[in-house]
Amino acid sequence: MPQQVTRLGIAFAVMAIVFVAVRQRLVPDTFGEAGHYRAAAADSIAAYPLKYAGHEECTLCHRPIAEERRDSNHSGVSCEVCHGPAAEHVAAPGTVKPPAPRDRGFCPLCHGYNAARPSGFPQIDPVAHNPTVPCMTCHDPHAPEPPVIPGACRACHGQIASQKAVSHHATLPCLTCHEAPDEHKSSPRAVRPGKPDGRDFCGTCHAEDAISPSHIPRVNMSTHGEDYLCWQCHYPHHPEAS
Amino acid sequence: MTGPAAAPDPERPVASGGVDRRDFLWEALKASLGVPIALGVVRVPELCGMQAEGDEEAERIYGMGIDINKCIGCGRCAQACKNENDVPDEPYFFNTWVERYLIRDDGEVVVDSPNGGLDGFPPYEDEGGTLRTFFVPKLCNHCEEAPCVQVCPVGATFTTADGAVLVDDEYCIGCGYCVQACPYGARWFDPEEHVARKCTFCYHRLARGKVPACVEVCPTSARLFGEVGHRANPLARFLRFNDIQVLKPHLNTKPKVFYANMDGEVR
Repeated sequence: MPQQVTRLGIAFAVMAIVFVAVRQRLVPDTFGEAGHYRAAAADSIAAYPLKYAGHEECTLCHRPIAEERRDSNHSGVSCEVCHGPAAEHVAAPGTVKPPAPRDRGFCPLCHGYNAARPSGFPQIDPVAHNPTVPCMTCHDPHAPEPPVIPGACRACHGQIASQKAVSHHATLPCLTCHEAPDEHKSSPRAVRPGKPDGRDFCGTCHAEDAISPSHIPRVNMSTHGEDYLCWQCHYPHHPEAS
Repeated sequence: MTGPAAAPDPERPVASGGVDRRDFLWEALKASLGVPIALGVVRVPELCGMQAEGDEEAERIYGMGIDINKCIGCGRCAQACKNENDVPDEPYFFNTWVERYLIRDDGEVVVDSPNGGLDGFPPYEDEGGTLRTFFVPKLCNHCEEAPCVQVCPVGATFTTADGAVLVDDEYCIGCGYCVQACPYGARWFDPEEHVARKCTFCYHRLARGKVPACVEVCPTSARLFGEVGHRANPLARFLRFNDIQVLKPHLNTKPKVFYANMDGEVR
């Protein structure tokens, strides 16, 4: 065999051996087993320690409280929402005690009024609502109930109710004008309450020939306000004085 | 073709070197197929259309559902995530966070997320002129076609067989390409370890049969967790009964975090 070919062959062999050796050294053990990554990485991530034990673990020991909570308005609120991560407590119940927040700053994280919260979610103004009294004085966090249950509509539509309470329409119950199916209370967005559908509805009190107390302002339904609907000019929850 | 030494077959022209053209082409074809296979560059099972994986884990694809109408913006998810995954406390490292959207009457959209929503949201100074306002929890979308996985130069970020996008922190070189590639801003750079970090869907909790920490602590069940494609689990039910959207669908990243009742202004 010519000398050049032999030398070239040796050079190629050396390069191949170096390549394989370097590759062997640089590429991690499990790289490429499951894809273009180190398969062992998924296992090491899966082995991270837990911090939150999960509410099932709490129920094993704290059954009475768990059952009380399960049947309450806080049934969907997991124990560790308020008591914090409790995996250490589960591992050593005697030595590690999870905290219980008692200051007034904690409950408003969920229940403080915020316009962006879904309507219907129970909210209070933390500044005006019984200042300085801890929430737990009146509300049991494991089975919370409002001490005084607000009127059906007012519970969610407090702003409208407060406005109506100081208006000429104060004595009218909401259901005079709105039809509210019971399902509206459980699914406020899916089942919406009805509203009056035309001028004639307001006319039952405010038309010139309406059968209603004489102090109620009257208008000529055929000429007043042209073709506009009444509530395009007058806000029914706070109608202006005549 | 005049010498007597050559006794060619009149049908087959022979090249001067003595190898006939047909044999040469045949050998070349065999070599072109055989060399890559021998070197292991092309894997034979894939060439034959067989999938090398075949394990049962591939049949489980995780996903998350988020109902905007149920989110009260308490930020417990963001707090639980920081606790569970040892995310630094500084207000710019988040695996998950809550954004507040405010859409004014004139169409102006204001988005804020003070400390990711961990400490609650201050009330608006001026509520007048509010058209709509709501909360949007965000996290890594664990995209099926994840841009972060595509750009990683070393294969340190990857999609597992069950659909979670993870970072191998021992193998990450900290180049930060993935942080820039993520269209959802879901990745962040660990200042101590100098590696990219992100939501893992609490992969360590899934391995123990538990749901992610944010789902565990969500007090209104606005977040739920399950498997995509299986009928009998909470996520499948969520996907059947709601109008579902994903974030930035035009990017074709195929997210596996599904939003119900999401406003068109959400980006």
